[in-house]
Amino acid sequence: MRIPPKYTQKAAVAVLAGATLVTLAVLLFIIGFVLDKGLPVVSFKFLFTNPEDMGRAGGIFPTLVGSVLLPLLAIAIAMPLGVGTAVYLTEYTRETRVTKVIRFGTDCLAGIPSIIFGLFGFIFFVAMLGFGWSLLSGGLTLAIMILPTIIRTSEEAIRAVPHSFREVSFSLGATRWETVIKVVLPNALPGIVTGVMLGVGRCISETAAVIFTAGLALRLPQSPFDSVRTMAVHYYVLVREGLSTENAYGTAAILIIAVLLVNMTAYWLMHRFIARRTK
Amino acid sequence: MSDAKITVRKLSVFFGQVQSLRWVTMDVPRNKILGVIGPAGSGKTTFLRTLNRLNDLSPDTHIEGEVLLDGQDIHHPSFDVVGLRKRVGMVFALPVPLPMSIHDNVVYGPRLSGVKKSRLDELVETSLRAAVLWDEVKDRLHKSALRLSGGQQQRLCLARTLAMEPEVILLDEPCSGLDPISTAKIEEALTVLKAKYTIILVTNNTKQAARVADDTAFFLMGEMVEYGTTSQIFTVPRDKRTNDYVTGRFG
Repeated sequence: MRIPPKYTQKAAVAVLAGATLVTLAVLLFIIGFVLDKGLPVVSFKFLFTNPEDMGRAGGIFPTLVGSVLLPLLAIAIAMPLGVGTAVYLTEYTRETRVTKVIRFGTDCLAGIPSIIFGLFGFIFFVAMLGFGWSLLSGGLTLAIMILPTIIRTSEEAIRAVPHSFREVSFSLGATRWETVIKVVLPNALPGIVTGVMLGVGRCISETAAVIFTAGLALRLPQSPFDSVRTMAVHYYVLVREGLSTENAYGTAAILIIAVLLVNMTAYWLMHRFIARRTK
Repeated sequence: MSDAKITVRKLSVFFGQVQSLRWVTMDVPRNKILGVIGPAGSGKTTFLRTLNRLNDLSPDTHIEGEVLLDGQDIHHPSFDVVGLRKRVGMVFALPVPLPMSIHDNVVYGPRLSGVKKSRLDELVETSLRAAVLWDEVKDRLHKSALRLSGGQQQRLCLARTLAMEPEVILLDEPCSGLDPISTAKIEEALTVLKAKYTIILVTNNTKQAARVADDTAFFLMGEMVEYGTTSQIFTVPRDKRTNDYVTGRFG
């Protein structure tokens, strides 16, 4: 017996709306729970003073700084490399076995657990190159970790730029490089920014790879070779060592707010950029 | 071949295993409009895109024979392709304004060629005037080109090509998506422009070729069937296939 389309339609809407609702509910519950427990602890003083007694008391200022510096460094390294690779793969090479292997490799790299990157960073940057537990080791490790994401999203974004734009640019006497700079990248920018933002998000929330490479120091870093502790690591240590549940939740609340702020700023900047080009 | 701007000798173009153009030989005269007509898939566009080497962008393209621009072989390894595209401008079938302002679209080519900033505004005005668009857009040059109508966008594309001050203009069915009034404006522009440029107009509209072209070439299945003055092609074609096509008896 065939179910009338009227009912299948209704069932489909119900199932799809239900799935959306469940997703939203879980998300809101987590954010609400963390903010509910964490926000009472948060104050101006909590944000901008040093921790005392291993974090049992005092604020989280050095970890806040760490959570800003480390992702910034990682992005500064990974973005030129990633976007450059994506441009090379899409604009300068024809689809061959080699590009397929590179793409497959990038996809595999994206699936490796972060703790593996942490161990690699520890062995290579911390020990072999002698950078120690430091901002530099952590930044380099995180850069390698987010590189595949940036390459793949940039590649998709660049591929989505209409072929006709390139033809027009070439027909107007532009070289390939001029076409990349003036037509391809500006039009791929929203997609590239999305990829970079995903990367920033992963850097801010990363713990395993950071503990192994950037260390646990609770001081403000004075140079790239100083150890830093990020908020995510701080949270982990506070909970793991049972130092202070309240401060842990406070840190978590700031962490969530930070991720939201980063995303909102990025999208705002992007929309302004698009609006300027189409008004 | 004394007065030929472009000389084509035994030109064949292959995409992979498929041959799109066979043994085309012709002289394109200076300061005239050459109309290229023929049914879909006859190789008109391939021919046009060979003249500014845009076919190079497609993988597996293979070219035999030669194309001379002012007597120089454009496929010679030492020939500057980027320079070629500055000398041989192109307007595509569908208007593709780049997502930037009208002004920036027009100066895209000149800026790349290093035209002085002080000259750009003047260039924008003369190009837009030549494309019969100036009066409609002069108050919104810094607004996005995407907000223009289809007909205006196509005239902008023509202006953008003119701004490069090329020697040859290739037009690939420039009026295919346009209403009769926009078409008339483009045709009006072309007849004025031929004084300065050599123009090759590929068109699916045989009447358009009859209206504006000085000479006409008829392509069929990758071959050039006939080439002569427009009046000859349309009144006393030598080949029966040409006759069938221009009188609309073609299957």
